[in-house]
Amino acid sequence: MRNFSYQRPESNHAAVRAREGRSTMFLAGGTTLLDLMKLDVMRPEQVIDVNRLPLDKVKKTADGRLEIGALVSNTALAQHPEVKTHYPVLSQALLSGASTSLRNKATTGGNVMQRVRCHYFRDGVSPCNKREPGSGCSAINGMNRSVHAVLGTSDQCIAAHPSDMCVAMAAIGATVLVNGPSGSREIDFLDFHQLPGETPYNEHALRPGELITHVVLDAPADGARSTYLKLRDRASYQFALASSGVIVAVQDNRIQHARIAMGGVGTKPWRAANAEQSLLGQPPGREVFSRAADIAFENARPYAHNAFKIPLGKQAVIRSLITATS
Amino acid sequence: MSESNQRYIGQARPRIDGPKKLSGEARYAADHHLPDMTYAYGVFSTIASGRINDIDTSAAEAMPGVIDIFHHDRFPSLHRSPDNFANGTKVDEPRLPFEDDRIYYAGQFVAMVVAESFEQARAAAYEVQVSYRPDTPITRLEEALEQHKPTPDEGSRHERGNPDSAWKKAPQRIEAVYNTAMETHNPMEMHASTAAWDGQSGRLVLYESTQGVVFTRNTIARMFGLLQDKVEVKAPFIGSGFGGKLFVWPHAVAACAATRSLGRPVQLMVPRAQMFTTTGHRPATRQTLKLATDADGRLQAVIHDSVNSTSMLADVPELCGRCTKSLYACDNLRVSHATVPMNCGTPTAMRAPGAAPGLFALESAMDEMAEAVGMDPVAFRLRNYTERDGSQDLPFSSIHLKQALEEGARRFGWEKRTAKPGSMRDGDEILGWGVAACNWEALKVDAKAQVTLQADDRVLVSCATQDIGTGTYTVIAQGAAEALGVPIESIDVELGDSRYIYGPLSGGSWVTASILPAVAQAARAAVEELKGYAIARGGPFESRKKDDLSFENGALGVKGGEMLSVAEILQARRLANAVGEASTSGELGKAYSYRSFGAHFVEVRWDPGISRLRVSHVLSAIDVGKVVNPRTAANQVEGAVAMGLGMALFEHTEFDQASGLPVNNDYAEYLVPSHADFPDMEVMFLHYPDYNFTSEGARGVGEIGTTGLAGAVANAIYHATGKRIRDIPIRLEQLMVDDLAATG
Ligand SMILES: Cc1cc2nc3c(=O)[nH]c(=O)nc-3n(C[C@H](O)[C@H](O)[C@H](O)COP(=O)(O)OP(=O)(O)OC[C@H]3O[C@@H](n4cnc5c(N)ncnc54)[C@H](O)[C@@H]3O)c2cc1C
Ligand code: SF4
Repeated sequence: MRNFSYQRPESNHAAVRAREGRSTMFLAGGTTLLDLMKLDVMRPEQVIDVNRLPLDKVKKTADGRLEIGALVSNTALAQHPEVKTHYPVLSQALLSGASTSLRNKATTGGNVMQRVRCHYFRDGVSPCNKREPGSGCSAINGMNRSVHAVLGTSDQCIAAHPSDMCVAMAAIGATVLVNGPSGSREIDFLDFHQLPGETPYNEHALRPGELITHVVLDAPADGARSTYLKLRDRASYQFALASSGVIVAVQDNRIQHARIAMGGVGTKPWRAANAEQSLLGQPPGREVFSRAADIAFENARPYAHNAFKIPLGKQAVIRSLITATS
Repeated sequence: MSESNQRYIGQARPRIDGPKKLSGEARYAADHHLPDMTYAYGVFSTIASGRINDIDTSAAEAMPGVIDIFHHDRFPSLHRSPDNFANGTKVDEPRLPFEDDRIYYAGQFVAMVVAESFEQARAAAYEVQVSYRPDTPITRLEEALEQHKPTPDEGSRHERGNPDSAWKKAPQRIEAVYNTAMETHNPMEMHASTAAWDGQSGRLVLYESTQGVVFTRNTIARMFGLLQDKVEVKAPFIGSGFGGKLFVWPHAVAACAATRSLGRPVQLMVPRAQMFTTTGHRPATRQTLKLATDADGRLQAVIHDSVNSTSMLADVPELCGRCTKSLYACDNLRVSHATVPMNCGTPTAMRAPGAAPGLFALESAMDEMAEAVGMDPVAFRLRNYTERDGSQDLPFSSIHLKQALEEGARRFGWEKRTAKPGSMRDGDEILGWGVAACNWEALKVDAKAQVTLQADDRVLVSCATQDIGTGTYTVIAQGAAEALGVPIESIDVELGDSRYIYGPLSGGSWVTASILPAVAQAARAAVEELKGYAIARGGPFESRKKDDLSFENGALGVKGGEMLSVAEILQARRLANAVGEASTSGELGKAYSYRSFGAHFVEVRWDPGISRLRVSHVLSAIDVGKVVNPRTAANQVEGAVAMGLGMALFEHTEFDQASGLPVNNDYAEYLVPSHADFPDMEVMFLHYPDYNFTSEGARGVGEIGTTGLAGAVANAIYHATGKRIRDIPIRLEQLMVDDLAATG
């Protein structure tokens, strides 16, 4: 860890204004940031601790949406009655992540902003376009089994987005509220995370100095059931090899509403819109689900060690759809 | 001693050191903060092979708090350790840290910054600029085998009969190659040294996380050219070692050198990432098994040829055939071992070295052979059961493998198993049941103990062995309480200090068997000394002879007459204590072969629709002689089973092929079983004391549970999926069903 200046402002306004230089970072739970600072991978010169900001509430908006403060912990969000009742996919996704102690510290804003688990990024020395633009990508021809993607990759970077929470949010539909030097704005959740493309170091839509204040979930879909299925080597405390968060409403044995999002397989929380389309109006069933899964992975590109994620991801989609409709 | 009267030995007792560990009172190597202490942090090689071109420390030196920076051009000249087990100077890696500019593995110490605080040292370490002249590293066993001819380990080779021709002639035979991955010990407590040199007295004190305070003292003394009594090594508590802390690693040497150079105490912790490089590992193995039977399933030939990866610095053979040579009846048999070097740190013993990977291969092969001859796996093992160790042509001192297999099978419900792979279903899941034998040498080494009866009626037992988390404190207290007939609550045990009377290295599962006889003898010697005080002039039994007196329930007296407490006697003579010492030999009778046995029964659940494999039930029937403390012993078996599960399914220390840098060097990415992975677990001790082994009848229990487990898991997986996987860890992609439509 290197020396940095430290502030702990009390208001959003002060937090946004406190920013001095280019390498400023907000500190929330610290489970990503402090980790990477100790590994010398993230080197902020200024750390702005946001834990005193009044952003720790979950509340229902007038139009039936759910507004989650950026500092709400992963544990609190998973246990929140609104979330458990109306967004089980989110509660399940959160509880499948990390460990109890990490979830107690981890915040909603921090989770949205968590960094990739690619070991070449984290080791601080291997060529990595994300950490050191232009240095190359060690993973493409290296060890890329567990935490690398098959969807949305580029020749510059193939690291998977690691979050479970974000997969559920992508399925539900959400808006990210941000507050920055030039005021407040809203970002559609699906536009928040960015594909690596030619610029893998650009990971999200925040402008310099912008603070996430809330994530607002879309109102729950009528009559829908949802579930999250995370597949991994061990039973707990591992990032997804492949996961699937689905929301489905069936009426008269026809699928009326379908949302499919996938984790562990994409370079961002991955919505499978075409796969959703293929389900609409169909009777729920293995064959229909299986076709949707194929569509979801149509453009998947396997690498030396992670080709299995394509069939595994399909299995996650199929089984979670079966669970949500049975 | 007749068993039924035993009040402490054989009883399930909680750990006497438990409260200290729970409350944080137990201090580990890096918990010691000495006055005026400095902190060191390593700079570790980021190439796996080559040379250091240049080390530029100028920026680091200018950082706040930096005191000194060591590297190969700036390090005191030391001596290598004689590296001799017999005189307690064995090391794993003979090369000293900073010996020269050569790089043999990624993560090798290339420099070390000493600063006023840990954070300052670490920050400065990041500023040390090292440039290299890299060579292409060898990072995998396959690659090493392509580039080097393996070096045979002649000493461990065993051959009897004519295995090759017997194999060729036999009516039923199999041949298969098994691969096991490199694994890292991963104890919770990282390696750490807190070293303090006192220039005036020329003494070195070292708090080290070690499984051997005596070995460490001897080794460090040799390296620094000091007399043994000028070095004190302390490890009252260690957060486990699993074999990775048996011998001295470079960090300890570096810390001692730094404190001697600077004249201030130095603390050096090995960061978690470097626990995967510079402090040992279980090497990767490739094992070729050839088994043959007659038409009735009797083994006619067993050939087990094994080669393992080692470092560029030392040949460390992993003795995979150490159990194969005697576990089953077979007249034509060979086991052989060889090593091949690659660019990794030096391998070392890891819980059940040799036996764990070796029995994975043998017990997988036994299953394959059973299938080839059309026999049930339990029945096939029983058919080849023997009570003689064929490698030594001696009877086993005590063997209950048969009972382990039979009673274990009964308890597990093995008769309900249907043989056809994939034939046992439960909803979306397919069950697989597998069995494997476990096996480990029963070892014993020289030991000493000191028992002090004190004037406050407490008893102190001390010895320079260690409790590495296995329950040694508790077992020693039980032994002393038993020998003296006093409540266990009145016993204090002090271990882990090289100034105490000699104690054994905590390894090989030999501590309990070795130390208990010494403790019992020392207790008797202390009572004798006490009797001497009691009958001497001014003593309470002045007119009596020693033989008139007996010691019962902590009191001394004439049978039927007045009994006086230890305190009363010592106070009468104004003495502080009565001290007894004993020394027992590790030598074992030559009439037997001494080994422990057991059997694991494993149930896996395979959900092909989501490619999910979980181990749901393990029953381990364990034959380790007398069980001194069923509670700590069961805990050892459970932990060993967890480690076996890790070996079977998760653990694999991986390196980038091009750079040779480790890629999963933390607790998030190097997978070990989590609590949620731990199955329903039953430990079944068979309780047959082995009095041919020692008077206590107890063989060790620390390692045996890890042996065979991976084989039982692989066999259960085969039974569930029909896929015989010969490479561990077994991963879901090896098991996936390709036809999704069939399974979804
Ligand atoms: C061992 C381990 C295992 C894990 N396993 C999982 C898992 O299985 N699934 C999973 O989903 N996650 C997992 N995680 C990741 C964990 O969920 C994230 O680390 C956590 O959510 C980050 O939240 P935080 O509050 O601690 O963020 P911090 O570490 O405080 O911050 C992370 C980043 O977000 C920025 N940031 C924080 N708050 C804001 C804000 N309000 N506005 C703008 N920027 C902000 C920070 O500047 C920083 O860049 C794991 C983490 C660890 C260490
Ligand atoms: S996958 Fe991305 S994060 Fe990993 S090495 Fe390549 S560029 Fe870096």
